[in-house]
Amino acid sequence: MKGHTHAQAAEEFIKDDARTHWHDETLWHVRQKRDLSAQGIPEWETLRDTASAAKNYVLSHLGELLEQFESNALANGVEVLWAKDAKEHNDHVYRILQENKVANIVKSKSILTEECGLNHYLEDKGYEVVDTDLGERIIQFAKQAPSHIVLPAIHLKKQDIGEIFHKHIGTQEGASDPKYLTEAARQHLRKKFIEANAAITGVNFGIAETGGFVVCTNEGNADMGTHLADIHIACMGIEKLIPRAADLGVFLRLLARSATGQSITNYSSHFHRPAQGKKMYIILVDNGRTEQLGREDFKNSLKCIRCGACMNTCPIYRRSGGYSYNSTVPGPIGSILSPGKDLKKYSTLPFASTLCGSCSDVCPVKINIHEQLYKWRQVITENTDVDASKKLAMKVAGVTFGKPVLYDLAGKMARTALRITPDSLVYSSINVWGKHRDLPQVPKESFKEWYKKNRKS
Amino acid sequence: MSSKAAILAAIQKNKPSETPLPALLNFPDQPDLVEKYQKGLSGNGGKLIEAGSLEQVQQHISENFAEDQLIASLVDGIKGNVDVQQISDPHDLEHVELAILKGELGVAENGAIWMPEENVVHRVLPFIAQHLIIILKENTLLTNMHQAYDQVNVSAPGYGVFIAGPSKTADIEQSLVIGAHGPRSLTVFLLK
Repeated sequence: MKGHTHAQAAEEFIKDDARTHWHDETLWHVRQKRDLSAQGIPEWETLRDTASAAKNYVLSHLGELLEQFESNALANGVEVLWAKDAKEHNDHVYRILQENKVANIVKSKSILTEECGLNHYLEDKGYEVVDTDLGERIIQFAKQAPSHIVLPAIHLKKQDIGEIFHKHIGTQEGASDPKYLTEAARQHLRKKFIEANAAITGVNFGIAETGGFVVCTNEGNADMGTHLADIHIACMGIEKLIPRAADLGVFLRLLARSATGQSITNYSSHFHRPAQGKKMYIILVDNGRTEQLGREDFKNSLKCIRCGACMNTCPIYRRSGGYSYNSTVPGPIGSILSPGKDLKKYSTLPFASTLCGSCSDVCPVKINIHEQLYKWRQVITENTDVDASKKLAMKVAGVTFGKPVLYDLAGKMARTALRITPDSLVYSSINVWGKHRDLPQVPKESFKEWYKKNRKS
Repeated sequence: MSSKAAILAAIQKNKPSETPLPALLNFPDQPDLVEKYQKGLSGNGGKLIEAGSLEQVQQHISENFAEDQLIASLVDGIKGNVDVQQISDPHDLEHVELAILKGELGVAENGAIWMPEENVVHRVLPFIAQHLIIILKENTLLTNMHQAYDQVNVSAPGYGVFIAGPSKTADIEQSLVIGAHGPRSLTVFLLK
């Protein structure tokens, strides 16, 4: 990935103007479907409040709920493993595969295994991991990472996918019909499902009360994999717990509607015990989550149920693409999760926002995303070497906004300066805000001046 | 220290102040459940047929499937030619063309049907079949998911699934395609 800052990486994406617009419009369409769906539920806000409260309860009782979950899962005949970090998680998976002499692995969508770099780890050990979600299979062929947590291949056009499939599974050259390509993937992946000895899945919800877990898909790929293979390994972040099975009523009503506007995913699978003669494992992963739990301002980010609504609505994400964030979880939620993992590496992400607050408005568990973005900016400005122009600008802004006389004067000067400055300077490389957009016409007077003049008449 | 102990210790140290467990929600029953169910199911790509009797289902199958195709029926009164109970390896279901299963209850708001393990025998059956028919009793229809979880004990079976439509994907340019890995169609017959 070229460029270390979000803006530099976004520059790559927006080079193709038509594609940028397509990306923007497509995600906005998904956001509109979400609105339509949410508005059809009169009790929508009650659901959000309740989901938020249930997750707050989980975070404030996490230790006891994890122990309850573990003891119930053990009683159900499921093996439970704990992993402090990505490496331990990957080691557990490797050991299970070795112990069970697994040759062929299929995997359904799991952002956690992306976070842990599981595929690369297993490939280095000589395993081939077949991603079975269609979008994930596409990007796996293309040796790319997901650019969206729900729509992993949203950055690609059907012509790109046609080319990828032609190269990897022998579809006709130039063919790009989604139906034809999906059918080809179906045939290709059926073979993989039939051959698989182990299936790896993520977890959407872990139920403390019963020790079971729920996996949601539309394709049915998690079920095709787990029910045919002898070994099921479920990888779960410790924050994925919910207290009671009945809480699923709230969460399943919110998840798919928030994600794509559909009323529920076509499959919501509840796993409690392995089928006869088979084995089931759950790996509980921390990897920085307990640390985030201790950050008063940012702990709420752990309530996330990974619906992706904040990405679809974000004016920056839609126009800069998932890769510009250079982190496993992109978009607004990624921008508040990632700095907790590596403040320096992800220092530009909280600035990749207009703080418009739309992300917080659509979040089904009411995470105050835009407020956390703002708070991360302060942490980053204090603790890292953010680019000097930003630091200076903030200092000057602080002084100016604090003194009305200075503010009026600065406004007047700016209005005049912008009028008389040649375009070559306004749209120079120093002003990144001048790229790809024109500044509005500068008014002759400020609102304050206009108001003074007009209020008596 | 074990990883479990380390994680629990870190949680103990960092956990936020206690907040209460919210009460479970329930909302009033809605009228016109069949109409709502039909809308919910078709929104997910499924098809609802209100049937007078099982004979009508049998007729539908005869009209739409050939005799040499593998049909697995777990519904009394509907004929099949695959004895699911006798199969021990789920891979042997690979070429099943049609599975006919009984749903426990339906949810009007989203078309979902609760399918516990005992109704499918082999967990893979509703996924590996090329087409799926589910028989549902009209009097099992509920208004919403809260009511469904109130009725279902999710941990009683080792596995259970809410099926709300056929296998589908929109991963290529957001174009909806039915039949990703699992059934290419879901037809629900609603019986009185």
